[in-house]
Formats: sequence, structure tokens, C-alpha cells
Amino acid sequence: MGTFHLIRKNLTRKKLRTTFTLLSIIIAFLLFALLGGLSRAFSLGVELAGADRLVTMHRVSFIQPIPVSYVNRIQSIEGVETALHQTWFGAYYQDNRQQMGLFPTDLETFREVYPEYSIPDDQWQRLLNNQTGILVGQAMAEDYDWEVGDRIPMFSSIFPQQDGSFSWDMDVEAIFTGSGNNADEMQIFMHYDYFNEARAFGTDTVGWIVTKIEDPDQADQVAEAIDQRFANSPTETKSSTEAGWTASFAAQIGNIGLMVQMVLGCVFFTLLLITGNTMAQAVRERTSELAVLKTIGFSDRRVLWMVLGESLLVAIIGGVIGLLLGYLFIQGAANALSQFLPGLAMSWDAALIGLVLAAGLGVVTGILPAWQAGRLKVIDALARG
Amino acid sequence: MNDAAKQAGTDQRPIIEVSGVTKSFRKGREQVEVLHQLDLNIERGEFCAMMGPSGSGKTTLLNLIGGLDRPTAGQIAVSGQRIDQLTSRQLAKWRSNHVGFIFQFYNLMPVLTAQRNVELPLLLKKMSGKERSQRARTALEIVGLQDRARHLPRELSGGQEQRVAIARAIVSDPDVLLADEPTGDLDRETASEILDLLKTLNQRHDKTILMVTHDPVAADYASRTVHMDKGRLADAVPMKSAGGAQ
Ligand SMILES: Nc1ncnc2c1ncn2[C@@H]1O[C@H](COP(=O)(O)OP(=O)(O)OP(=O)(O)O)[C@@H](O)[C@H]1O
Ligand SMILES: [Mg+2]
Repeated sequence: MGTFHLIRKNLTRKKLRTTFTLLSIIIAFLLFALLGGLSRAFSLGVELAGADRLVTMHRVSFIQPIPVSYVNRIQSIEGVETALHQTWFGAYYQDNRQQMGLFPTDLETFREVYPEYSIPDDQWQRLLNNQTGILVGQAMAEDYDWEVGDRIPMFSSIFPQQDGSFSWDMDVEAIFTGSGNNADEMQIFMHYDYFNEARAFGTDTVGWIVTKIEDPDQADQVAEAIDQRFANSPTETKSSTEAGWTASFAAQIGNIGLMVQMVLGCVFFTLLLITGNTMAQAVRERTSELAVLKTIGFSDRRVLWMVLGESLLVAIIGGVIGLLLGYLFIQGAANALSQFLPGLAMSWDAALIGLVLAAGLGVVTGILPAWQAGRLKVIDALARG
Repeated sequence: MNDAAKQAGTDQRPIIEVSGVTKSFRKGREQVEVLHQLDLNIERGEFCAMMGPSGSGKTTLLNLIGGLDRPTAGQIAVSGQRIDQLTSRQLAKWRSNHVGFIFQFYNLMPVLTAQRNVELPLLLKKMSGKERSQRARTALEIVGLQDRARHLPRELSGGQEQRVAIARAIVSDPDVLLADEPTGDLDRETASEILDLLKTLNQRHDKTILMVTHDPVAADYASRTVHMDKGRLADAVPMKSAGGAQ
């Protein structure tokens, strides 16, 4: 038997109480992991999107289309290098619950605007020569087992063809790989012309326009110039950097980072009270036992460490279980949400912070009872019985 | 278990020497003196009973001798070592080597088995787990509880609990056992079994015992009885003829 045995036995003396404490710690750390993963996913998008690209969309909402003619008008604005339009196709393949990121776009200029995607030259040529050809991200192609040359029956949940069919045939002609972890390989790009000529409504409109600018430092001025140009027209626009766009998207859902911190703050504050109270109670009940240990010759410091060890043990066990559960949840969710939140993952940093937090919780909740236990005078404690 | 005997040959000083000990407690604003200039010698191998009215200071004196507290003034030496000047850290270490305590209410750890309770003091010593449990088993055999080793305190009777507590007190082989009303919570028959056990420890295992009791029958088991009254020892009662191990 070691001191550890004693600590363990003390923890299991009130099984129900220890279980509840453990559960509340587990849940807190599960929340920590989940919310941390989510806010990371959102902020990743914000940090990583290109700073030299502007996104122009309908002033009111990004689901309202804008005229394709805007592309040329933006092109002529000073400071603009190239402009590229994109549209949300509402694609699904086989499973209509699984929306895919498929965008009709101007593939000829695509490469200029997105240099971070690399595409083999021969595939690129095939793509440009085939109107029904599509450009697929490597990860997407692997997920669905597609290869160059495959014909894919794709569906749109938004756009029917002129014959009323929602089914669109597409040929995988090129596969791109992204460099850098901001490159989202879970995307597909198709020829806008094919899409535009065949669709039943919305002809000559696009979803939004991505503008590559000459100088990132001029982003705000160029964005303003663009919006200025379309002011007082039937379709006014709103432009911002891609980073800003992702951020404003996040802002629509609420300031996630702050919310996460507030929720976690509340959770951990409550946890501190619960666990702290439990520890204090556990020590109070055991006053005479602690006194006996001291009588036997356990030093004050040793008794202090024993009590601290107890609260550390609970906090770390609960923390590790909670973080593990959180990791498993996030892994599961990451697969299901890979198109929407490519950055959803638990980072090593988060895990480490979680562990430090758990240890901190153990120390903070244990230090006061431990200190009291260490200071306890044998004769007083035994006289009290 | 023969450290005591070994030392006895070389050291003829009393094993417990209390001289001029005063102890005061702070009660609110004022200091209350509980023990006044007290002297007491206990020879190696004695089984000494201490009686006296409630509040006369018996427990206070026992705690001082056991190094649980320090006197306000005066000197205390046990086995030739002055303990009145030790720091509380030094005292803790000293206690683990030199005294065993036995309380009225046993004070066992409810979550540990009898065996593990007895092993507790050995946690402070550098020894293998195997040696620890071996020693604890020996101690349990001495108190006649080897077959209850795996029981929890709540599965034992009061007398058995007290035996476990005694085993815990002797497991690290101290010279001195200090018992504060060890039979105070037991019926007469069980009490006499415990007292027989203490007497055996005194006679066969060379333990010097100082026992506080309110019960004259219990005091009869001792080789000497001292009387405490209002913080002073009344040594009116003569020593009984030679007791102890020699
Ligand atoms: N820690 C303490 N603080 C203040 N006063 C104390 C403390 N311990 C003991 N006393 C006081 O010292 C006096 C002697 O107490 P002590 O416990 O030594 O008596 P006792 O002889 O053991 O009595 P009993 O037979 O009832 O156990 C009492 O008046 C008690 O109130
Ligand atoms: Mg007393």
C-alpha cells in the first residue's frame, strides 16, 4: 500500500458524491473541447482566407444574385487585377442531405485568382476543352472515389435545367490539390457557361464576385470603389476582403469566440464552486482522521499534499475523460461537417490547455482544504472528536 | 521488537522524564495554565496508569509526552531525547519512530481494511510493500486479529477495533505506548481483554505504557498509578512492587 492507495480509497468512500463531481468535471471539459473546436474552426476561416482578395455580393444578402456584367465593370476599377464570379449550385450527389460545395465559375480566370491550387497542365487543358468538365478537389475526389474521366450524375437542389430536370451530367476532367492548410479541397468548380445556358432561371446572374487586387493594403479603398460604382443601381453591392467576409459570416451567427469564452467561463466558475465545496466538505468530515495521520507521524506537508493530490486526481481524471470524449465527438462531427467547417478539429494546443486547466482546477479547488488540513492541530482536532 | 531491551542495558535514565513542565492555553484574551510545574519520571518497562478528575490535565500531559504539543515551560525527554524544543516537523518524524498512540475511540480509517490501517505508520518508512504487510500481519497476530486482516473497521466490534488500533500503535516498534482511556468506550469484559493485551505488550514485548483511565479496575492492571489533580500530580499513592519487563 502506498499513499496513493489511501488517496484512492478516500475518493471512493462517497462513491455517489465523487461520481457527481467527476461527471460535472467531465461535462465541463467536454464542453471546453467542443466549443474550443468550433471557435477554432470559425477563426481559422477568418485568419486563413486571402487578404488580397475581395468578395463582392448583394448588399442585402449573399443568397441574392448579382448581374454577371458586374465582373467586367469591376475589372475596370483601378487597383483590381482580376475579377472572378462564383455561384452556389446547391449540389448533391446520391444523398440529397449531403450538400456539396460546387460552384459554377469562370474557369479560364480561375487559376489566376487562386494560385494556391495546383492543377496538372494536361488536365487543365482537358477541362478547358470540355464544357461539362469539372475541377474537383483532391480530398473530395478521394472521398467519392472519382477519377479523371469519370462521368458524374450531379443534382442541384436549386437550379433545374430548361427541361425541368435537376440532374446535371458532369465529367471529372481535372483534380486540384491545395497548398497550405487554407486550401479547401472539398470543393468542385464547373463551367459557368454550361450552367448559365442550360439553367431554367436566373440567367446571367452570379452569386458573388471574387476580386484579386494589386495591393492588399488598398483592400478597403478598392472595396469602397466597387460598392461606389454600383450605388443607386437596382443591385447594390457590399464588398469586403475574404477574411472580412468570413468574419461577417461569423458575426451573423454571433461573436462566437466571445460567446464560447463566456459560456466556458460560467461553466468553469460553477465547476469551481461545486468541486471546491465538495473538497472542503470531504476534508471537514475527515478532520479526526487527518489528525490521526498526524499523530502517527505524517507531517503537515504530507497531509497537505495528500489532500491536494486527491483534488488533483479527480480534476485530472475528469478532465482527461472529458477531453477524450470531446475529441471523439469532434472527430465524428468533423467528418459530417467537412464541407462547411473544414477547420473543425481538436488541436494539440487545445488538448494541452485543457490538461493545464484540469490541473489548475485541481489545485484551485484543493488548495484551501489542503492548506487547512496541513495547518490542522492534532490536539484541537482530537479534542473536537 | 527488542530495541527497548537493548537500550535498557546501556541507559538507566527513566524512559520518560518530565521536569518543571507548565502548559497554558489561550482562552480568548487570557492564558489559562493547565499544568503547573509538573514533574514525572517513568522507568523503562513500567506500565503506569494515570487517574484524576475530568479536566485535571491528563490528556494535556499525555499529548506533551507524545510530542503532539509543546510545553509552555519545562523539559521533556523520552528515551534520553529532549522533545520540548523540536519543531513540529521534527516532532512528526520523532512520533513516527518512538511512540504509539491508542485513543478511546480507536480512530481507524474507515475506508481501509484492518491490515491497511495497521500499515499506515509504515508508509513513512523506507521499506518494500511486502515488508510492510509482513510487519502489519505480525502486529495483527500479536493482538490476536490475524483472521480479521481484510475486514473494514465497520465490520469489527469495538474491542476488535481497539485491537487494530493497538496493532497500529505497535507496528513500528516504538518504546512507549500512550493510551488515553483505551477502554472508555468498551464493556467490562471487552475492557479486561484489552487491558490483558496491554499488559502482555508491557511484559512480553517490553513496551513502556502510560495509560489514562477513569476506571480503578483498569488502573489495577498497571504496575503504578499516578494521580492528577488540577494540573498537579499527587504522588500520595505508593508504587506497587516491581512491574514491567525486567
Ligand atoms: N487545546 C486546548 N485549548 C484550550 N484549552 C484546553 C485545550 N486542551 C485542554 N484544555 C483545557 O485544559 C484543561 C485540561 O484538559 P484535559 O483534556 O487535559 O483534561 P483531562 O484530564 O484529560 O480530562 P478528561 O478526563 O475529561 O479527559 C481543561 O480545562 C481543558 O478545557
Ligand atoms: Mg482526557
